[in-house]
Amino acid sequence: MSRYYVNKFLFTVDRDPDLLRRYKENPKSLLATWEQSIGPQLNSVEFSTVNSFTDAEREALVNHDVAALFEMGAHFFLSLTIFIAIYDEEWTARSGPLSFQKDFAKRLAHWEGRDYPPVGE
Amino acid sequence: MARLTAVLATTHHPFYLKATTAPVEQQIPQAAEWKRKVEAYRETLTKAEPEILVMVGADHFHQFFLDNYPQFLIGKAPRYDATFYNEEREFGIPKYVLEGHEELSRFMHKGLLDRGFDFAFSNELKLDHSIICPIITTRPQADLPVVPIYTNIFAPPLPSPKRFWDLGRAIREIIDEFPSDKRIAAIGSGHLSLELGGPRQFRETGPDPEFDRQAIEWLSTGNIDAILANVTHESMAKSGNATHGFMDLILMMGIAGPIPAAYSDCLSLFHTMEAYLTWYPEEGAAR
Repeated sequence: MSRYYVNKFLFTVDRDPDLLRRYKENPKSLLATWEQSIGPQLNSVEFSTVNSFTDAEREALVNHDVAALFEMGAHFFLSLTIFIAIYDEEWTARSGPLSFQKDFAKRLAHWEGRDYPPVGE
Repeated sequence: MARLTAVLATTHHPFYLKATTAPVEQQIPQAAEWKRKVEAYRETLTKAEPEILVMVGADHFHQFFLDNYPQFLIGKAPRYDATFYNEEREFGIPKYVLEGHEELSRFMHKGLLDRGFDFAFSNELKLDHSIICPIITTRPQADLPVVPIYTNIFAPPLPSPKRFWDLGRAIREIIDEFPSDKRIAAIGSGHLSLELGGPRQFRETGPDPEFDRQAIEWLSTGNIDAILANVTHESMAKSGNATHGFMDLILMMGIAGPIPAAYSDCLSLFHTMEAYLTWYPEEGAAR
């Protein structure tokens, strides 16, 4: 498992409008591209050989699965921000303001009152 | 020596600008009250007539990420761009350019090292909404040079609440020793109880209104003993997974000292309680 790499995916995609669009339109294809050429990048010259995803992590990212990502300890800010970018507009048009954010919370309702999966340490 | 004429501790709700500048028919019901409260709060800074701003905030994975995340960092640049693409996209916050104050940055950095705070530093720092939101609310003309200080309230393991208080005390000493006749204000932003990306997010109020009430009382009365006796990383997590931004408000009270705030106001909004506190460390500075 690489919680760091999941976070790196969310971080690098959220800050790039083109990657974000591709993650929205075809998550599986974007994830494959990301693993090949973006994830390993340290800068334009240096590449890392260290990190990789588990199948469960790949599946959670491909499915935009906020509950699975929460349970893996993906950072709450990254996960909220990127999925707001992907879903907020269409949910607001369909079901009103904050409807996506409230549904996101509902998908995690079973964690209320429990210690959340750690995002660091 | 420089004069510290005001210390402000505020929440930074990134939707303030959008909420209060939207067409009236699209505004949330609290928009007018929110704007009134923010403008009244702004006056507490304006009347202190600051010439330099020491700004305390926390980068939200905009410039810094988990490959290299500083616990405490000071900006030492001549100028700072602000607002990242994903903040414009999500919050509608415009881009800004703020002048730096390299002399105070250098003096501050050295003073912090001398006092046992081994700060990271950046000569090319782009600021995020933790610093731009309070500029929008308290100094929208964005016309003063700034010294930005970033803390880690975000990527565990975090420094302790006591460390934030002690850092505030150290910053105060350094400002008091800065050889200048300038009037300095310190403005820091953080949170009360807050949940992001968790089951308690985006409710009618913040996730822990009782903590919010208590926290405002502690801050407004300068009661650091009660804060340090009651507030831990674990207690903040119980109040909401992003509540640790409260530590930046503790830091600001550290700059002011354990004294009552001259101004304290709050506003309950969906998702969060907003808090606006100002201390005037010099007697009679609030002219």
